[in-house]
Amino acid sequence: MTAIKTPQSAAESSGPPPRADLPQLGWRGGLRYLWAQLTSMRTALILLFALALAAIPGSLVPQRRISPVRVSDFINEHPTLGPIYDKIGMFNVYSSPWFSAIYLMLFVSLIGCIIPRLGVYTKALRARPPKTPRNLVRLPAYAHADLSDGDRDVLERAAFALRRRHYRVDVHADSVAAERGYLREAGNLVFHIGLVFVLIGVAIGALFGFRGTSVVIVGQGFSNNLTQYDDFSAGGRFTEADLAPFSVRVRDFDVKFETGPVQRGAARLFRANVEVTERPGAASRKEVLEVNKPLRIHGTTVHLIGHGYAPKITVKDAEGNVAFSGPVVMLPQDNNFTSLGTIKAPDARPERLAFEALFLPTAVLNDQGPHSIFPDALNPALFANVWYGPPKVETGKPENVYSLDATGLTQLKQGDGQPVRIALKMGDGVNLPNGKGSIQLDGWVRWVKLQIGDTPGVPISLAALGFAVVGLCLSLFVRPRRVWIRVREGEEGHRVLEVGGLDRADARAGLTDDVAELAAELSRRPEDVSAT
Amino acid sequence: MRYEYYSNLALVSSVVVYALAMFAHAAEWAAARRIQQTAPATSELVDVAVDVRAESPTMRAESVESRDQPTNSRSLRVEQFGRMGVGLTIIGFLLSVAGVLLRALAAHRAPWGNMFEFTITAMVFIVGAYLVMLWRTGVRWLGLPVTLLATVGNGLAVTVFYVAVAPLVPALHSVWFLIHIVAAAISGAAFNVGGLMSILFLIKKRAEDRGSVPGYLEQLPSSRKIDLIAYRFLAFAFPLWTFTVVAGAIWAEYAWGRYWGWDPKETWALVTWVIYAGYLHARSTAGWRGTRAAVIAIIGVASFWFNFIGINLLVSGLHSYAGI
Repeated sequence: MTAIKTPQSAAESSGPPPRADLPQLGWRGGLRYLWAQLTSMRTALILLFALALAAIPGSLVPQRRISPVRVSDFINEHPTLGPIYDKIGMFNVYSSPWFSAIYLMLFVSLIGCIIPRLGVYTKALRARPPKTPRNLVRLPAYAHADLSDGDRDVLERAAFALRRRHYRVDVHADSVAAERGYLREAGNLVFHIGLVFVLIGVAIGALFGFRGTSVVIVGQGFSNNLTQYDDFSAGGRFTEADLAPFSVRVRDFDVKFETGPVQRGAARLFRANVEVTERPGAASRKEVLEVNKPLRIHGTTVHLIGHGYAPKITVKDAEGNVAFSGPVVMLPQDNNFTSLGTIKAPDARPERLAFEALFLPTAVLNDQGPHSIFPDALNPALFANVWYGPPKVETGKPENVYSLDATGLTQLKQGDGQPVRIALKMGDGVNLPNGKGSIQLDGWVRWVKLQIGDTPGVPISLAALGFAVVGLCLSLFVRPRRVWIRVREGEEGHRVLEVGGLDRADARAGLTDDVAELAAELSRRPEDVSAT
Repeated sequence: MRYEYYSNLALVSSVVVYALAMFAHAAEWAAARRIQQTAPATSELVDVAVDVRAESPTMRAESVESRDQPTNSRSLRVEQFGRMGVGLTIIGFLLSVAGVLLRALAAHRAPWGNMFEFTITAMVFIVGAYLVMLWRTGVRWLGLPVTLLATVGNGLAVTVFYVAVAPLVPALHSVWFLIHIVAAAISGAAFNVGGLMSILFLIKKRAEDRGSVPGYLEQLPSSRKIDLIAYRFLAFAFPLWTFTVVAGAIWAEYAWGRYWGWDPKETWALVTWVIYAGYLHARSTAGWRGTRAAVIAIIGVASFWFNFIGINLLVSGLHSYAGI
């Protein structure tokens, strides 16, 4: 395989690329060409904009990971567009192949950019300032001053003055060469390497981490094993043994809502008092769980991320026996906690009973139907439809506790064919028509939604981001500058001090001032300096 | 209640005063336009004018002070309008600072809980930065765009974004509330100033490329200088914006239990970050410097505004609280 000069490197040299006698690219040359293309600044720019563009649809189209309900609503509303969107990953933008491709290519391009620059930088670390140019006048900043005859050590003083200004200094026969600002490139490299480590941290978190939620009724508890989670997702390298065996009991839960005229109903306080037991058998300790104040138990975090109502219900069957009794978790549908749920009494005999229920913390019944007008429980009420059917064979199959599967059930209707509607106030109970049984609203409790999770790798990402920000500041604010100072012998033994300066990054100010100041300072005799 | 009343009074007054300042600066530009028509009378005059433009762009009036009488009085008018604009801007600034402080007193907390409070705070940072620059480096040519922005910003705040004083939702009870939002307001202010300068850069560059710079554009320094100052603002804003996003992620972990959840606000913060990263790269890439980089900076500020207004009002997400 012969060494091949790629078109890329030819294009970078000043002359036009020699198109006519372009050597044929072998597969290795082709790869090198691709690599050079991928790591060029232009490609990086295009990939950056592609990333910005690709991130946009995820903020405008509902995302399955954030709200699956809104995704299915969207598909129902847009029968043609919905499936197309689904196919091209519009509902999972941030895990879609095309989004991943863009950011992975961006990171490959980034690494391809960093590695050669690391090599260049390690050489630059030991590099000496470039030799003094012949013509300092041609530099962007130039100043000169007459020297007094006796001043023989001006170059040493120049070197000292420049070193004090943090320049790297070389003293030559009749001149001093100095350069500073090496940290700029170091900062730049630290920033870009930092970004790579951010991604590594995120990847570790995605592989080894887990996150799940659990609805816990106030007064009850949660113990950390898979069966207790309502939903759970974990990385490929996670095993159930990684779950720390702690448990949390929710003793009580305070909620306050705005009652004033401004932002009425907005949340003002969520505070759960909990008891944490780190492992079975250990002594429990009391903790306060609030929004912004998660619990940390052996590296696992427990967040309070939601709450709602669980009306306490007692259902009796046609034979007068209690078929169900206890709190039923209902899911809030709006900001005023109009809550929807299902009460199931599969053990009712001779026929099992089920209720589709609406719990309203501050109930109002008007032409909009029953709804809640305030999130706190000021006037709680329960509205329900009734279903009945023959007892079901116990299958052991899990079923959704929040929605009613009406197979094998019949809705209970009045004589005129209208469905029976039940409305209960606190403490009320009613007998169902046709002697089907009775239902009573005994009271209500709140439930909290706990999120339990662990994201290892976050310390790596966080530290990397810290370094990246510092590196970014260095790369933007350090000013690389070169200064040369020469003593020129003029006519009749007259000596002139010349100072020339060059900024290696634009957008910097003060070069002319600095150069002039150096010339003025150095052309003064030492005794003048001490006199001032 | 009284604090809130006086806060609103101060803010509405600041809108009026900023608008007056804007008119004064507009009059300054318009008066300068007539100078150009008389300026190229003698070759000596042009030379001096060019010199002065390079040295101190705002001091154009002085360059023609020793000229014949009609020009002299016109340039005096330019100077008068300019000073009037600056004076009014200072009054407007004091009023808007008072508005923000009174708002904080009325709410018994840092005044950054909603769009209204964020906007009035960011405007204080923008106008404050402009006044500091005016004092240090004499950038009166920024007067017109900055007062325009301040009028529009505070005007939108008191009309569209306004909400009465209210306590915060529990998610905002955190020290990160101060850190995240102050960083966002300052970097947002710098993005806006950088964006304004990029627009001025494009206007000036176009005139320069055509070879005829009309009088009112003579107020501006050379396009290269504008580009440099815009870069300095954006280079200052970018690390701070990076910090804002990181601080937001840390806070999100405390409040919502995850660092990054692709909430629309988070997504657009990242989009804005990526666009400005593109701007910084473009500035060091041949063929992208100058006009293209300026266009990217303007797209960046547009995405900042969309993130601020569009996302809050159009899209539902975790960052929508306090009604607006």
